[in-house]
Amino acid sequence: MQMILTEEQELLRDSVASFAQDKCDVGQLRALRNQMTGPGFDEALWKDAAELGWLGIPFSEDYGGLGLGYAELGIVLEELGKKLVNLPILSSIVMGGGAIARGGTEALKTALLPGICDGSVLSTLAYQETNRHNPYFVETSAEMIDDTWVLSGRKVLVLDGTDADHIVLLARSSNGATDRDGLSLFVVPCDANGLVRKRNILLDSRVAATIELDNVKVGATTLLGRADEAADIVDLVLAQSAIALSAEMLGGIQQAFDTTLEYLKLREQFGAKIGSFQALKHRAARWFCELELTRSIVMKALRAIDEGSDDLVQLASVCKARASSAFHQSGKEGIQMHGGIGVTDEMDIGFFFKRARVTEMLLGDAGFHRNAYAALSAY
Amino acid sequence: MSDLAKFRAEARAWIEENCPTSCRGENSFLPDMVWGGRRQTFEHDDVKLWLDRLIEKGWTVPTWPQEYGGAGLTDAERDIVLQEMSAAGTRSPLFSFGIAMLAPALMEFASEEQKLKFLPPIARGEIRWCQGYSEPGAGSDLASLQTRAVKEGDEYIVNGQKIWTSDANLSDWIFCLVRTEPQASKHEGISFLLIDMETPGVSTSPIELISGASPFCQTFFEDVRVPTSHLIGEENKGWTVAKRLLQHERGMLSAYTRGARINPTEQITKFARRELGDADGRLTDQAVRDELTQLAFDRLCYEATLQRTMDAAEAGKGMGPESSMFKLYLSELGQREADLRQRIAGRHALVWQGEDCPPQEKELTRGWLYNQASTILGGTSEIQLNIIAKRVLGLPD
Repeated sequence: MQMILTEEQELLRDSVASFAQDKCDVGQLRALRNQMTGPGFDEALWKDAAELGWLGIPFSEDYGGLGLGYAELGIVLEELGKKLVNLPILSSIVMGGGAIARGGTEALKTALLPGICDGSVLSTLAYQETNRHNPYFVETSAEMIDDTWVLSGRKVLVLDGTDADHIVLLARSSNGATDRDGLSLFVVPCDANGLVRKRNILLDSRVAATIELDNVKVGATTLLGRADEAADIVDLVLAQSAIALSAEMLGGIQQAFDTTLEYLKLREQFGAKIGSFQALKHRAARWFCELELTRSIVMKALRAIDEGSDDLVQLASVCKARASSAFHQSGKEGIQMHGGIGVTDEMDIGFFFKRARVTEMLLGDAGFHRNAYAALSAY
Repeated sequence: MSDLAKFRAEARAWIEENCPTSCRGENSFLPDMVWGGRRQTFEHDDVKLWLDRLIEKGWTVPTWPQEYGGAGLTDAERDIVLQEMSAAGTRSPLFSFGIAMLAPALMEFASEEQKLKFLPPIARGEIRWCQGYSEPGAGSDLASLQTRAVKEGDEYIVNGQKIWTSDANLSDWIFCLVRTEPQASKHEGISFLLIDMETPGVSTSPIELISGASPFCQTFFEDVRVPTSHLIGEENKGWTVAKRLLQHERGMLSAYTRGARINPTEQITKFARRELGDADGRLTDQAVRDELTQLAFDRLCYEATLQRTMDAAEAGKGMGPESSMFKLYLSELGQREADLRQRIAGRHALVWQGEDCPPQEKELTRGWLYNQASTILGGTSEIQLNIIAKRVLGLPD
């Protein structure tokens, strides 16, 4: 697949960009970060996104989707990422919905995907248990008792977990805590008995939940794929999630860069525009190179999802590691080049720094992905 | 069959019939790299035969018009020829600054008479060219060059000194930037001259680098008489020609590894496994492993960017001064790769000469030293950053 946008994709980009320009504002994060109850995102915006069809992009038309791919969804994520928009696209469409689409039975897909596509149902994925990303470390137990799965344990950093209608839960049905084998995925309704959710608002005003399960009972039909063999699905879902998140991060990187570049051309010190100083010019030029390299690998990885590429998991590691380090640099350089006002809450650039911090760690930081890639490449 | 498919079949058949087997496949690494010129000798007759046949066919420069020694092919046909040669594993017939750098400038700026005089010998590999740009006092600030050319009748009298003239001691002609108008502002008074190295008053001396002997030379001009007919473009407008030529140079420098058969990170990984050992298939040295992975990632991202650029160019959405990015990034990445490789080699990487060190290790060490020049030649990394800042990002002076 060519690494350029088709005409249709350019139209999509333009329409998302003008939507974001009209309706989205980085400043809305100031309100969301203090909102301890209610939804963690703007519900009217979510409705708009659903009406525009964006939520159904990667899903088959059989389940109410548009039957497009991640090359297209990546465009939406990037453009919204420029405005640091908080919408549960990553959690509900890519992670929860993505897991159901990959592993769900026909009955589950028919029951859940249309609602996910039209935005009326919110899904998410609960996989993480340790403080750092370590996907095979799973102690949450799943035991089959009288045709019913009984689930107990604790999940952390579940994106949009307090807003979700159900979680796709990764649990251990056999083997020890760090084994790749013995994992199973379940669709668990959030109103189940024994399920408790705690809300955290993260640095970047995104909401993530801690979810505790105490003998939560779900039926056998809630299983995604086969018992004990969920790792294959998890690998792919986490890979596509890391790539989709990278697309969102690319938007943030681009915007932080553009905003800072504009500032370099405006701000005067020592009687000259600060953008004329070579110390800053060279840093801006290097930053530009990092941005372009990130764009290339994100485009390549998005297309690899659509092509069902064999090395998707490796490519996701390359992509997420690059996006993590580039966004980190972008946040830091953005603040530094803005000088004193860069660290004030009045300026938006700080929100890019915060979003960078959260997203660089979500789904594995650069170090995690280097190690994972090396292990998969046998070195 | 479409015209192009037919052309492909013909090209394949021609290569099959005309390329000696010793110039293909695994045999294609015959040692003598052909740069052409008056002093070219051939250790292997087949190498000459292959070159002669390509010259006759016009395929050393497939897209050039026939009157200049080319075959008049379209870009699409040229791509097919290159693909078929690559598929057959044929050796590169001719390496040439004349083809890669000078000729595009001649095509754009030379008179018809000059094109007919200079282009065909380039196509036939008869004249080897070198580049006379930098001077001891004009490196990054190239436009401050001082080599003087004074017009006297129908000749210029040239006096001055050029540096970093690669292979000047092996070359036949030099394309040169000279100052023809010392009163004008520095970019204005420069002209682009072609000079036969056999003219009295031209001399060269090789430069020894930190790595030892090198292809670089200094070239001296003492009252050298050059016909005014060897001026390319207008007098005092040579900077325009020079800039165009530098773009081709940067493109060439960043394209070097594009067709490389060997992936550098894979090569270092193999070497690291042998030198450092592994446990359960993983390198035992975690620091090396992490650095290696970072390099592998950066190379993949670089290659994806090249691919994206080529896809965009094909769709008519070419990049402009962004090409500076490729030279900058590739030279630095190459240095980081070579540096890690040398650190893995340990004591072998420290030997200048002696008895207890594999000869290829000494060569690699010399290469590592030589490679320090890659972020300097063809415009330093800092100059590339200046170009990006100014032309791409639009930052003020």
